[in-house]
Amino acid sequence: MSDATPADLPETLAGIREDFVALSVADRLQLLLEFANDLPDLPARYADHPELLEPVPECQAPIAFFTEVTPDDEGTPRVQFFASAPPSAPTSRGFAGILAEGLANLTPEQVAAVPGDYPMTLGLAEAVSALRLRGMSALLARAKAQVEQHSRAR
Amino acid sequence: MPVAVDGSQAKFAEYAHPERLVSTAWLAEHLEDPGLVVVESDEDVLLYETGHIPGAVKVDWHLDLNDPVVRDYVGGAAFARLMGAKGISRDSTIVVYGDKSNWWAAYALWVFRLFGHEDVRLLDGGRDKWIAEDRPLTTDHPTPTPVDYPVVERDDSGIRAFKEDVLAHIGKPLIDIRSPQEYTGERLHMPDYPEEGALRGGHIPTARNVPWARSVCEDGSFRPRAELEAIYGSDGVGLRPEDEVVTYCRIGERSSHTWFVLTYLLGYDAVRNYDGSWTEWGNAVRVPIVAGPEPGMAAVPA
Repeated sequence: MSDATPADLPETLAGIREDFVALSVADRLQLLLEFANDLPDLPARYADHPELLEPVPECQAPIAFFTEVTPDDEGTPRVQFFASAPPSAPTSRGFAGILAEGLANLTPEQVAAVPGDYPMTLGLAEAVSALRLRGMSALLARAKAQVEQHSRAR
Repeated sequence: MPVAVDGSQAKFAEYAHPERLVSTAWLAEHLEDPGLVVVESDEDVLLYETGHIPGAVKVDWHLDLNDPVVRDYVGGAAFARLMGAKGISRDSTIVVYGDKSNWWAAYALWVFRLFGHEDVRLLDGGRDKWIAEDRPLTTDHPTPTPVDYPVVERDDSGIRAFKEDVLAHIGKPLIDIRSPQEYTGERLHMPDYPEEGALRGGHIPTARNVPWARSVCEDGSFRPRAELEAIYGSDGVGLRPEDEVVTYCRIGERSSHTWFVLTYLLGYDAVRNYDGSWTEWGNAVRVPIVAGPEPGMAAVPA
């Protein structure tokens, strides 16, 4: 388990973690599958421009993502996370789906503060193996780095 | 009562052990046969949940077949529990299939053979061919009636090689089935695959490079015997049926696919899979490696 207390986590990520750890191992797989099925399609502006997506070679399947930071109505910068992975790679899609929901509308500072070991705290090691979770940790690390780059560029 | 062999395919009849393969058409007709258990074993652990062959049970290489503590396969008692829970008896006919042209399916089959399970077959073409042919899939989880599977100790002596075996084997036929870039040492892992942490890049001295994918057709099914002979035999890397051969890759899964080809399709009877593979060899203390495209020499001069 992580040393980080749930209080440190943004609400959505904490909620996702609570949902996973409350379930039996078999049901955690089903929840991961729901995230895989619910991964939104790429917005057209990225679907037509695959070169804008950053690949994640640490994952065992072809997966690529993109983050955006755009100001909300009050001028606060908000993060969005988009990803693309084929249906033949549901585990990677599930990982991406968790981040798409969990990182949505966070500020760049909140994204920077997400603990790097968050994926290891979802109780998924027993369900999908710690080895496979490395792919999700890499996806999170790369997303955090990209958001930081956006912030520096602003 | 063993389930009938798939005699419908002219291609299979050419192989040394046609009884080790079934076609998608045969399986579709025999799904209900008593004594037959279909096992799905994939790289992606969630793929089975998205839809599987009706009645198929899932066996995961990592969670079910690996010991959680020792870097090794499970022992006889854990294997008996696994098989019993899946409704598999010692005399069941098992048909294994999976994603990625059956990499993990071949790996599961190899582990089943370590425990001496006799009748275990591969679905030619695997999961992708079944789906490409629009055959039925279901998300219903089967509830197999648990059966007693005997506790049989694993026998690693015949088809499994350890690091010490490979050290003694250098100079005899060694097949490295990784990508050419992994073989030369240019890359430490497959293109687009995770870094699995080897300290050095290259190959085991004297190993020849035959990437696993050369043994399969576009649709993931195995190439006919004559084409396989051309790759592995005297017109290819020069293996002879009586040779002692060791296959290896990165963690032992792709090389179990080639082990299957050499053992059951070509009939070589002294092939061992080195499952420690490059994740062990590339990190081990005091073992020689060779970088670059040449196989290299058995004794590397100081």
